Amino acid sequence: MTHTVLIGLGILIAILTVVAALGLLPSLRIVPDNTHFDFTRFRRISFPISAALSIVAITLFFTHGLNLGIDFKGGTLLEVKAKSGTADIAAMRTTLDALGLGEVQLQQFGGPENVLIRVAEQPGGDAAQQAALQKLRGALGDSVDIQRTEVLGPRVAGELLAYGMVGLMLAIVSILIYLWFRFEWQFALGAMIANVHDIVLTIGFMSISQVDFDLTSIAALLTILGYSLNDTVVIYDRIREMLRRYKKMPMPQLLNESINSTLSRSIITHFTVTLALLALLLFGGHAIHSFTAVMMFGVVLVGTYTSIFIAAPILIYLGVGEHREDAPDTATPAKKNKA
Amino acid sequence: MLYFTRWRALGIILTALIVCLCAVPNFFPEAQVKTWPAWAQRRLVLGLDLQGGSYLLLEVDANYVKKERLDQIRDDVRRTLRDAKIGFTGGVTVRNDAAEVRITKESDVQPALAKLRELSQPLGGLMGSSGQRDLEVADAGGGVIRLSIPQAAMLDRMRKTIEQSIQIVERRVNELGTVEPVIQRQGNDRILVQVPGLQDPTRLKELLGKTAKMEFRMVDTSVPPDQAQQGRLPPESELLMSASPPPVPYVVKKQVLVAGGDLTDAQASFDQRTGEPVVSFKFNTSGARKFSQATTENVGLPFAIVLDNKVISAPVIREPITGGQGQISGNFTVQSANDLAILLRAGALPAPLTVVEERTVGPGLGQDSIEKGELAAYVGSILVVVFMLLTYRLFGVFANIAVTINVAMIFGLLSLLNATLTLPGIAGIVLTVGIAVDSNVLIYERIREELRGGRNAISAIDAGFKRALATILDSNITTFIAAAVLFYIGTGPVRGFAVTLGIGIITTVFTAFTLTRLIVAWWVRWKRPQSVPI
Repeated sequence: MTHTVLIGLGILIAILTVVAALGLLPSLRIVPDNTHFDFTRFRRISFPISAALSIVAITLFFTHGLNLGIDFKGGTLLEVKAKSGTADIAAMRTTLDALGLGEVQLQQFGGPENVLIRVAEQPGGDAAQQAALQKLRGALGDSVDIQRTEVLGPRVAGELLAYGMVGLMLAIVSILIYLWFRFEWQFALGAMIANVHDIVLTIGFMSISQVDFDLTSIAALLTILGYSLNDTVVIYDRIREMLRRYKKMPMPQLLNESINSTLSRSIITHFTVTLALLALLLFGGHAIHSFTAVMMFGVVLVGTYTSIFIAAPILIYLGVGEHREDAPDTATPAKKNKA
Repeated sequence: MLYFTRWRALGIILTALIVCLCAVPNFFPEAQVKTWPAWAQRRLVLGLDLQGGSYLLLEVDANYVKKERLDQIRDDVRRTLRDAKIGFTGGVTVRNDAAEVRITKESDVQPALAKLRELSQPLGGLMGSSGQRDLEVADAGGGVIRLSIPQAAMLDRMRKTIEQSIQIVERRVNELGTVEPVIQRQGNDRILVQVPGLQDPTRLKELLGKTAKMEFRMVDTSVPPDQAQQGRLPPESELLMSASPPPVPYVVKKQVLVAGGDLTDAQASFDQRTGEPVVSFKFNTSGARKFSQATTENVGLPFAIVLDNKVISAPVIREPITGGQGQISGNFTVQSANDLAILLRAGALPAPLTVVEERTVGPGLGQDSIEKGELAAYVGSILVVVFMLLTYRLFGVFANIAVTINVAMIFGLLSLLNATLTLPGIAGIVLTVGIAVDSNVLIYERIREELRGGRNAISAIDAGFKRALATILDSNITTFIAAAVLFYIGTGPVRGFAVTLGIGIITTVFTAFTLTRLIVAWWVRWKRPQSVPI
């Protein structure tokens, strides 16, 4: 079935390619040329909004917390597939509750035959986790196929969490250092603020949605970091170029021109990344579902917004371009931007 | 920007082609690739999450290693002081990571220190030149001498323990007849075991969970076990339980007649008379001599076969056993006899191992993940390709050619590095397709801008490339840093993601700087365009 669809799409691409090569397609402009949106003026709205959202995210983090996955919390996770075709979760729950392993979480996962079983970390160190696994395996018996097993002792889980956090910090700092070398320090600082903002909001999202926070979440966070910065750097590059070329242009106007001239690229790129992520979200299977969902939120929603509405305008406050000769640094929007 | 010498163009195309060709072995069955020359055999390795298998992280018990060493020090101290006829009171105590002994006479302290310092050996190996020793002997005051293990000596001991353990683990895993297991040291005290295709690691864990310290010792018949349990235990004996249920106590002498290290072979077989499963074994020359001597001296007395401080059986010696061969019977099933034979052949672990992390994926789930990952990859790529065609038309075709070569190069590089492809790794490739076109978008948008700025076609294309490439480099390096950090901190599937992401960035920058430019340059030379259809 899927193969037929894929072959069909392949043929469509071939036809489109030929048509495109012959120059017969109409030009598609997602973003019109010469936009002049006054993005920097929005900083009076976007900064308070971002600050408020960040506070909400941090509050959520402390009140709701993150749903720590087995990687960071320790314990046992089993993914089982009922041989009969439909899993009887209620019966399974009764059997497993009787084992005395504390709280046993059961959750349908993917199809009706798949069940995810989570057992919290058992007191008594690494050997106790293994004993719990034996009990679970015994109790489940032959009615199910065990598809996946994960058992983590308390120390390894603690180490993984520490490692993940250190990695996140390390990434932020090393990117900061790189930007400091390539740009002025204000840019590095601006990117860093934007960066932390992205991570804070994404953590807020993970807290609300209560997706498992595990190693893949750290991977998602680091990817978000990379892409959001990728975007920020593209705009910063343009700002730097404009700063060299137009010595007398007021900062807000210069920032606006920079954002506007890269706007088409920002939107097209984010659209293609969204397409790729959408495919992963819809067809990639449940194993990477939360991974792609977090990435979708971070890359598409937060990343784009941040680089346009936070990373660029914040340069005004950080004093970029102040020491240019005769540069009047006022917040009055230039007339041109009213268009 | 648009001029390439013939040699440069050729170099670029050859590089791309060779890297792409590295992916070829993946399209042939493994058996066929095995017959190719070694340099052509490099291919992608599927991660355990895709092909199924078991991942175990084992930890060597550092406390056990330390305790063993301290016990050994205690015995050494006792012997040394006795040999030197130096009196001490209260015995040798082991506490707080050190052994302590109180010398009775004040005047004996200095000679005792001198004697005990002889026990301390310089550390061997790489640290041999550092002048560090494996034991620190100090006067703790008040007649107490303190012997402690320096940090470096402990690390050295752990390192040796791990090295020995890895060898034993390797032998035990190989006995299971699995395909291409990976056994690696991780950190200071851990061993990573990856066994592709293993669905249920229960038996593997049982095999690895035993130290398999085998000893032949005499049973102490001077005290009946029930009296010994009430505390009347002779100092040279200890109380051990039987291995098979129900637990039966035995009083066994501490002195070891022959140890498992003297075994040369062990096989599971059947007893000729009773037909029950037994393990037959062979001693090496020195083992055979010791065993023959002990059995000759003790005819009519029971001896105990002890495995990991549990008595497997305690037969009575009917006649001297001089052939260096014997068999162990002890309520075995075929499986447990087999396992014991494996353990005896592989040798004893220097310290017990604990499973601290276990991840197992069944082959069904792995196959399912491959199929879903492939589907997502196809759909994602198709969506992006169609979108590029609609947005940039002819230049979209150029971009799509570049992206296709880009993905082929990713697979080529992954194969060349024998990298592991995981499900998040597939996600990384799909994501790379999404951003690989970003480099094209940056270039094309810049060309559009330059055109709007009033440049003519060729000069706009030239300026577009020149200005966009600097940006491409800057923006990709930041993502690459994130991928590098991820590679460093991640394990398993996550590391797979970092690898594809990182390689994707390298190929993306390469194609943007060379291939895309080359394609456009050819088009410009061929067409001499007055306007750019972009």
